[in-house]
Amino acid sequence: MARWITSPRDFWTGLIYVGLGAGGLWLALDYKFGTVGRMGPGYFPRVLAVILIAIGLVSLFRAFSSKGEPVTHIAIKPLLMIVGAIVAYGLLVHTAGLIVALLVLILMGAAGSSQFRFDVKAIVGMVLLVAACSAVFVKGLGLPIPLVGPWLQPLLGVLGTVR
Amino acid sequence: MEVFDGLALGFATALTITNLSYCLLGVFLGTAIGVLPGLGPAATIAILLPATFALPPVTALIMLAGIFYGAQYGGSTTAILVNLPGETSSVVTALDGYQMARQGKAGRALATAAIASFFAGTVCTFLIALFAPPLTEIALKFGPAEYFSLMVLGLIASIVLASGSILHALGMIIIGLLLGVVGTDVNAGTQRFTFGFLELADGIGFVIVAMGIFGIGEIVANLENEGTRDVSIKTVSGLMPTREDWRRMVAPVLRGTALGSVLGILPGGGAALASFGAYALEKKVSRNRAELGKGAIEGVAAPEAANNAGAQMSFIPMLTLGIPANPVMALMIGAMIIQGIQPGPSVIKEQPALFWGVIASMWIGNIMLLVLNLPLIGLWVRMISVPYHFLYPSILAFCSIGVLSLSNSPFDVYLMALFGFLGYVFKKLDCEPAPLLLGFILGR
Repeated sequence: MARWITSPRDFWTGLIYVGLGAGGLWLALDYKFGTVGRMGPGYFPRVLAVILIAIGLVSLFRAFSSKGEPVTHIAIKPLLMIVGAIVAYGLLVHTAGLIVALLVLILMGAAGSSQFRFDVKAIVGMVLLVAACSAVFVKGLGLPIPLVGPWLQPLLGVLGTVR
Repeated sequence: MEVFDGLALGFATALTITNLSYCLLGVFLGTAIGVLPGLGPAATIAILLPATFALPPVTALIMLAGIFYGAQYGGSTTAILVNLPGETSSVVTALDGYQMARQGKAGRALATAAIASFFAGTVCTFLIALFAPPLTEIALKFGPAEYFSLMVLGLIASIVLASGSILHALGMIIIGLLLGVVGTDVNAGTQRFTFGFLELADGIGFVIVAMGIFGIGEIVANLENEGTRDVSIKTVSGLMPTREDWRRMVAPVLRGTALGSVLGILPGGGAALASFGAYALEKKVSRNRAELGKGAIEGVAAPEAANNAGAQMSFIPMLTLGIPANPVMALMIGAMIIQGIQPGPSVIKEQPALFWGVIASMWIGNIMLLVLNLPLIGLWVRMISVPYHFLYPSILAFCSIGVLSLSNSPFDVYLMALFGFLGYVFKKLDCEPAPLLLGFILGR
């Protein structure tokens, strides 16, 4: 971090606020603004976006003028693994089915922890959790999520004929 | 007396077998998740919200109230036993509670917390029953101008009371309001900020934002320093407070309850402000103030009474005005809207069974806490001592299945991942998520 940024948290917050505000404003320019008396769909968003940009700018100004705390260590690995695990789950749940999606979610998510070991205990826990979730949510509460999705249906058929 | 008629109706509603069992289930689940280090009531409610969708509105709200009390109590348990407060309101409890636990008085500290909470809860249930109906009468006369002023007051209060920077809290409110804009404009029918996604035409689901920011974001934050966490727990024995304990407990509990009831009604107030206030008060007036911070029972009793009183009184602005005083109430309002109820002064007239049923169930929930949690303390202790990396994957799984139960759309799952990411980033930058959620609720 450059030395002239004396309050890094203010700096990053300001940057995010200005970014979100500018993005919002740019999008909101497409919506009709209207007048104060007859506000169009773009009135409220544009006003909000401008306020957000202003707040962000003040925060940026503070980043150079006041002294503040540094941003503490960011847990990049847990963050990426967990967010990635949820996205993978979303991709798999309707295609490969809940069982596979949960296995991926739990394995990837758990791997985000520095304490994670892929041992017997972890596997047993995972299998139990997947079985419990399938039983409670799909069989018990009747959520319309396929346990085995279309991708893996043929596999099920093969297993059926072998048996 | 109208109040007694109301309470009778309320108890008749809450005391059915179904509602009682869901209240019990709520208290149990709430405590189970609430004791997990780092997960406070807001996170617990957000995680368990989808579990209540299939229920009828009254039952759902009763269960949610149970979850809330359970989570609150679970948080104090963790604060006392391992010095890891799940949320700001139990930070103060950890000061003396943990010291008591280190001196081998963990059982007595836990019992004190439960008893103090129960007493405050009982008093506040009756205060709410007394004051809510006349307040709704006034609220019914409110026009848009009064409502707008109240909302602004609530938002300002939530900024001022946010623990981080006021400027950043203001920004979080604006972001919340902007998120509330997403979807189809009611007046003109224009699609705003939908990026062409049909899934966003109805706006962003409130549960998704809450689960992402409070649930997923918290999980990541907790993984940050897991190596340095010490979860060695002393065995808990001797639950019953001694005669001396009882004697010392009375005054602080009364003071805490009184202070909590007053501070809880304030918009933006609630549990956190109340418990800090109560501790500060004890430091001024308690006869044993020299012992505070070194394991004094007053230091557990007063803040616990105050935070339960404050938490419960914050139901008043929610039930009478439909205005959330804190993120937990914002979650409650979200749950009511999902159930098809518009929170506000008309609820008491249109749905008297629901209104009084929730009030009655507050008291029942408090009793259940007392009878359920003291015997089960061994179970909670064991839950705390399970390493976090074994527990959080199940929370991930519940959240992910829960978010699918909303509309069975993977799009919601991606949104939750996005809000989880944002939640963690904002946490790192000291931007409180609570104002964002309040802004989001009020903006819609």
